[in-house]
Amino acid sequence: MKTDIILAGVGGQGILSIATIIGEAATKAGLNLKQAEVHGMSQRGGDVQSNLRLSDQTIYSDLIPRGKADLIIAMEPMEALRYVPFLSKDGTIVTSSKPFINIPNYPDETAICAELDALPNKVVRLDIEEMAKEIKTPKSANVILLGMAAPFLGCLSTEELRSAIGRVFAAKGDAIVQANYTAFDAGLTQAQQ
Amino acid sequence: MDKRLLLGDEAIALGALHSGLSGVYAYPGTPSTEITEFIQNATGYGRETYIICDHELKANGDIHSRWCSNEKTAMEAGLGMSYAGKRALVCMKHVGMNVCADPFVNSAITGVNGGLVILAADDPSMHSSQDEQDSRFYAKFAMIPVFEPSSQQEAYDMMADAYSLSESLRLPVMMRVVTRLAHSRANVEVKSEARAENQLNPDSGRHWVLLPAIARKNYLELIDKQNDMKATAASSRYNKLTTIGTPSGRLGVIACGIGFNYVMESEAEGIEVLKVSQYPLPEQQIKELASRVDKILIVEDGQPVVEELVHGMLGADYQIEGRLTGALPRTGELNPDSVALALNSLLGNTTATTDFPVANSPINVVGRPPALCQGCGHRDVYAAIRELIDEIPSARVFGDIGCYTLGALPPFQAITSCVDMGASITMAKGASDAGIWPAIAVIGDSTFTHSGMTGLLDAINDRANITVIISDNLTTGMTGGQDSQGTNRFEQICLGLGVEPEHLHVVVPLPKNMDEIRKVLRDEINYKGVSVIIPRRECIQTHARKLRQAKK
Repeated sequence: MKTDIILAGVGGQGILSIATIIGEAATKAGLNLKQAEVHGMSQRGGDVQSNLRLSDQTIYSDLIPRGKADLIIAMEPMEALRYVPFLSKDGTIVTSSKPFINIPNYPDETAICAELDALPNKVVRLDIEEMAKEIKTPKSANVILLGMAAPFLGCLSTEELRSAIGRVFAAKGDAIVQANYTAFDAGLTQAQQ
Repeated sequence: MDKRLLLGDEAIALGALHSGLSGVYAYPGTPSTEITEFIQNATGYGRETYIICDHELKANGDIHSRWCSNEKTAMEAGLGMSYAGKRALVCMKHVGMNVCADPFVNSAITGVNGGLVILAADDPSMHSSQDEQDSRFYAKFAMIPVFEPSSQQEAYDMMADAYSLSESLRLPVMMRVVTRLAHSRANVEVKSEARAENQLNPDSGRHWVLLPAIARKNYLELIDKQNDMKATAASSRYNKLTTIGTPSGRLGVIACGIGFNYVMESEAEGIEVLKVSQYPLPEQQIKELASRVDKILIVEDGQPVVEELVHGMLGADYQIEGRLTGALPRTGELNPDSVALALNSLLGNTTATTDFPVANSPINVVGRPPALCQGCGHRDVYAAIRELIDEIPSARVFGDIGCYTLGALPPFQAITSCVDMGASITMAKGASDAGIWPAIAVIGDSTFTHSGMTGLLDAINDRANITVIISDNLTTGMTGGQDSQGTNRFEQICLGLGVEPEHLHVVVPLPKNMDEIRKVLRDEINYKGVSVIIPRRECIQTHARKLRQAKK
């Protein structure tokens, strides 16, 4: 059993926090894991991605081959689209629908959505920042996204992910743990609709 | 044994700590920075109360981990610790090898006392660098052994072996990694206790004095040690032969470092793979492999170092494929796709099936280049410079290495050059010597103390007509906010080097001060001599981090 995930976003959006939670859950479950990250220059507002591979077998490459990713989790719709060449035929895209516009030539928003929807793959889209405000967990938009991705994580159950959230945020106090549970559950409900 | 989820860099750091390390010496540089940071965090460096974390420390009391001014000072300090009998680690990104090349090469001539490991982190594809030079060339040049891990686990395990080998050969040892290993996390089995540090035990030998007569003798000894080095690599547990499927004799593969992973990831069948993770190359194993197969593919991340060497071993008639023949891309980092393509094409598997991507090239995607943060002081500096260039089109601005290199991109498009650490000042000087006016250098505070000060001294001694802007954000910003070595002393340093007090200015780069900055800049380009302007405002990233920490 293996799950290959591409996490994508813009420097500073918090994709590595999502990776931390999945990594904690995978470690607890005794799975092998490799996670290639981007550090350095690109973090300054550029596009960033992380290849996250989970398996009960030996994982060799730190990078996912083209056409082999099971899941793209993106904090931003154009960044989701950027990695589509890596997605497998029956892979899933889970993305925030809200563009992060910090460049003058950002493509037409509706065209991006149309291109995502035209793919043969399952695409789960939601304005996670809007939902984070609605459910009063403004700092946990990325955990809502993780909740949306939870049913597609293959190697890990939603319960394993949920308990990893508890452990990752434990040091920050019970209020923050609860807020992140709320965010995760809201994302999960959204994906199951 | 414990299991930890570690970055390649962290595995190296923990491997060193568990091998009885007494000091790490380094200048920050992507992708090597996290090694020193891990050691600093593990040993409680910089904290008021000395905290011993986890099991990292046990035997280790006060491990040196403060940042150095540059890679040369780091290398020399590491060599000094080795002279004293203790184990030292010197870390840098690949281009740092150029900066420390003099002591690095000569450390093979002096030899070592305590174990000395030089960690070079190469950056194929130039994710965060200005070239993709391969540090294995340097090790070959200096005639020392190299370890090149294929996994985070090997990176951890190899540190203990590297220190043992360094002390048994009495030579420095290189550990070479690439970005993909340095910045990728994996589960690593680690020891639960650290080896004790070496005792203070200064070397009494004369071989540390490289007078020609002594150096000639040392050099012959170094050449004599090459056979021991070869024998050690030939029997290394990190160099091993693997087969995928039943060997067909059609293709052999020499896979170096993480290149091995991409070969194993491919679905190529019927090949023999010689994994190479310790150098010098195991010549006998390579010749034996060559005798069993029709041709050999060399899979190495970086430059075609091994490909050229194997040509020398097997002769001109033997078919060797790799980056030089076009079987693999000539430049850039390898990936599972480029390696699978090379293997399948050499095996004649034209029908090799892979899941084809659902879309090869999405349409509504554009590049999102990195940019200076909103609110960053460098932005205000460049806003003023851009205005000046628009007004005086003959102005040329020589840039340097750091966040402010992003001033080359829109909206500023303000710099003419970016070459290496410190080159802004000296290139501006040379351009000014040639007749360019105004010649302006833009350099960061940490880059200035790394390699800018000596250039400024040249400019002062020559009365060069240049304006130097030391854009001081009180940190080493690009690599994540490490301590900068000259903080709070830049005016004294400049005055000490001979900058005239009336041509040394400090300004605060904020939009409200733009009139003042404009005036200072105009006045100083019109002064025929060296002027230094220091726009000083803290990096907004480190400032925000301090506020977050204060809240806790």
